[in-house]
Amino acid sequence: MSFDQKFTDQEFKVVGSRPPRPDGVDKVTGRARYGADASAPGQLVARILRSPHAHAVIRKIDTSKAEKLKGVKAVLTSKDLPDLTNGNRGNFDILENCMARDRALYDGHAVAAVAAVDEVTARKALKLIKVDYKILPHVTDVDKAMADDAPIVQPHIAQNNKPSNIANISEFGHGDIEAGFAQADVVIEKSYKTEQTHQGYIEPHACLASVGPDGQGELWVTTQGHFTFRTVCATLLGMDIAKLKVTSSEIGGGFGGKTHVWMEPVALALSRKANRPVKLVMNRDEVFKASGPTCSTSIDVKIGATKDGTVTAASATLRYQDGPFPGPWGMLGAMTSWACYDIANVKSVAYDVLVNRPKVAAYRAPSAPMAAFAVESTMDMVAAEIGMDPVDFRIKNAASEGSKASYGPTYGPIGIGPTLEAVKKHPHMRARLGKNQGRGMACGFWFNFGGQTCVDLNIGVDGTVNLIVGTVDVGGARASMSLIAAEELGIPYDRIKCNIGDTASLGHNDTTEGSRGTFSSGMATIYAARDAIEVMKQRAAKAWEIDVADVEWRDGAAHAVGVAHSNLAPLSLQEIAAKSPTTGGPIAGHNESVADGAGVSFASHICDVEVDPETGATKVLRYTVIQDAGKAIHPDYVEGQFQGGAAQGIGWALNEEYVYGEDGCLKNPGFLDYRIPVCSDLPFIDTEILEIPNPNHPYGIRGVGETSIVPPLAAIGNAVSNAAGVRLNHVPMSPPRILKAIKEQAQG
Amino acid sequence: MSGVHVSTTVNGDDAEFVCHPGESLLDVLRDRLGLTGAKEGCGTGDCGACSVTLDGQLVCSCLVLGAEAEGRKITTVEGLADGDKLHPLQQQFIDKAALQCGICTPGFLVAAKALLDENPSPTEEEIRFALAGNLCRCTGYDKIVRAVDAAAKDVKKQKARVKAKRK
Repeated sequence: MSFDQKFTDQEFKVVGSRPPRPDGVDKVTGRARYGADASAPGQLVARILRSPHAHAVIRKIDTSKAEKLKGVKAVLTSKDLPDLTNGNRGNFDILENCMARDRALYDGHAVAAVAAVDEVTARKALKLIKVDYKILPHVTDVDKAMADDAPIVQPHIAQNNKPSNIANISEFGHGDIEAGFAQADVVIEKSYKTEQTHQGYIEPHACLASVGPDGQGELWVTTQGHFTFRTVCATLLGMDIAKLKVTSSEIGGGFGGKTHVWMEPVALALSRKANRPVKLVMNRDEVFKASGPTCSTSIDVKIGATKDGTVTAASATLRYQDGPFPGPWGMLGAMTSWACYDIANVKSVAYDVLVNRPKVAAYRAPSAPMAAFAVESTMDMVAAEIGMDPVDFRIKNAASEGSKASYGPTYGPIGIGPTLEAVKKHPHMRARLGKNQGRGMACGFWFNFGGQTCVDLNIGVDGTVNLIVGTVDVGGARASMSLIAAEELGIPYDRIKCNIGDTASLGHNDTTEGSRGTFSSGMATIYAARDAIEVMKQRAAKAWEIDVADVEWRDGAAHAVGVAHSNLAPLSLQEIAAKSPTTGGPIAGHNESVADGAGVSFASHICDVEVDPETGATKVLRYTVIQDAGKAIHPDYVEGQFQGGAAQGIGWALNEEYVYGEDGCLKNPGFLDYRIPVCSDLPFIDTEILEIPNPNHPYGIRGVGETSIVPPLAAIGNAVSNAAGVRLNHVPMSPPRILKAIKEQAQG
Repeated sequence: MSGVHVSTTVNGDDAEFVCHPGESLLDVLRDRLGLTGAKEGCGTGDCGACSVTLDGQLVCSCLVLGAEAEGRKITTVEGLADGDKLHPLQQQFIDKAALQCGICTPGFLVAAKALLDENPSPTEEEIRFALAGNLCRCTGYDKIVRAVDAAAKDVKKQKARVKAKRK
């Protein structure tokens, strides 16, 4: 059955309200079960041996002593993971990242694994594995990796028939930038660097794997995409997809980092080898070293504008390091860099560069924050140079409906202009600043995504509803889905029970990424509810012995339409459900679809900081997020996304970075030395939700999860630069970097 | 390796276990006593997800040995509610949407309870500093601070009601 996807501009009864989340009690009582909270009878504990070198040939691995240790049930190396990828390089890269083959490609790369009766034995066994390494030259810096004499990370990758660390070059834009710069009164060029950061979810990767000799398996895992994990694991291990059931546990944060498999195929392979369930949980240092942080970057930006504030041309060269395996990260940076603006002549060129660091994964609006840092910092510089208010300068150049985006498409109704107008009006902009304090603002963009989605909705005989979705609940999704189902069916919110279905109970659902959860599962929930309503209308028509065309559904009941049927009292969902066993059996709705039409998202942030000129330390005094949500289904959790993204961006802007030594090893793989913001670091984060409906969703929903991390680097950069009186161009703006900038400025 | 026999009290109930001498209280709670409410986020005392109280004192259970629980009183997140009645902190965390993924929530609740036991009327700053040992990556702490503030007022009202009844 097909449904109209267009925005309907309907009046909502429950959508937009703020009821308690249905999984709240479980999560405040400790009852909710996360990745590491499951156990199985006879389970073994697994541990992974990791390379201590940034880049090395693995000459030999001797596992004989470990295998002989009492209590060890399986030892695994890459020899136990034959290449079944059939020439699919992407899958081979995943396999190689799970377990090094002939070379260790970064500090922390898995080289062997053990399953034993307990943790103590497993750790002992790791110490008995002897690996013979031949250390190779390494490279961890993105600019150095692009040099002609750089050590080559992946010999199969070449540019102009010469081995190269440049995996991909992507170009976007339109117009003639040289002509555009020639028209400009002011041209500013600036180079920027951003350091590598980690999503920093508090729950480490964890799974419980069980594979029997019959080739059937189960995997309990903390993941953003259990269907994707199933496909990848089955493909790498030569299993039938249908015979591997993957259940997503409650997920303790993901932010993109739990979209990829890291160790799950290893746990399954160990279980298959030992013929016992295997539990595998990463330590925090393993999470930092061997899951997928985001890129470090090096970016050059050039903007030209006329004195009246029109940007005539803009260009960016973006270098993103991907770790040792190619990804789309540079490309995404290039696509997002100029997306906020309507520029006649614009160009972005991006390089995806390989280095000896962990494989990069998505991190909330991946690649956009770094590009925005470079672009939005330079926008402020141009505004200052032509003597224009930075908000007015952005408003003048903001993209709007009908603008051709720098990355190709022509925009529909979008929120960049309205968020900027809201900045202008916000009382935050008029608050007084004190000594050593500065204010900054910046804009951000994210595409959002839809994708494959499958939802079931089953109505019980008591009129309560089981809703089964296949996207995970990272931060209140069950509440949003329940609100949508309640709205469509016309029944109270608390009569809906939303469950996250495992891979055996629903068709494929794409990974919960790209801010797609509420957009796509919300859309599928609407369609599934309407599907069930059709069934209930038929049951009512049958009971009334009238044509189904004369039945309409409103306020949770079937109503007979027309004067001829005015004697027929409405039949409520509850009444129809109660009679279902004798009127045709269970009542259910279903939807499977590819949710196209995700609405692009824009935000503008304002922040005030105080910089201590003696220590270089920065305190965030006030922070305001203004973002277009399309439609906020549960505003509490929309605000939560705005606040959480801003806080992550603040950490990135001021503190967080991967610190590599000369030896190519990570020096700070722990929360003590990789310091994410704590409660006393932050002020309240004010939010303003704008609702500019997405025309491609019945409720007007846009994704809301990611855009909030895009502006903070630049907003804080602009605020710090205004407070310190010197332009900062290197993130994080840690005290030593700020002090250095102040000192260099003073020395002229 | 020979185990250590430990007798202790967990959430008001007697508990006995045998653990390795080097085993953390967190591992004992989770793996031997089946109380998985306390979480391991780091294992090094940096994230607070494993917060419990030991004789009323807030500790990171990953930094305490299981053997140290001998003769002590342990309270975990599983012990905060009074039967089916949630503690005001738990109720306000739900009502104020103070959790997103919820992995840090048990630790925050235990730490916030320890704060309110000691300081029934904390200021915003006192709340922020008292909870600075608990990491949350989802919320930016905004709604957590508001929930703790509201719960402090609820606890005071509750106590006043109990007092009035006694009179």
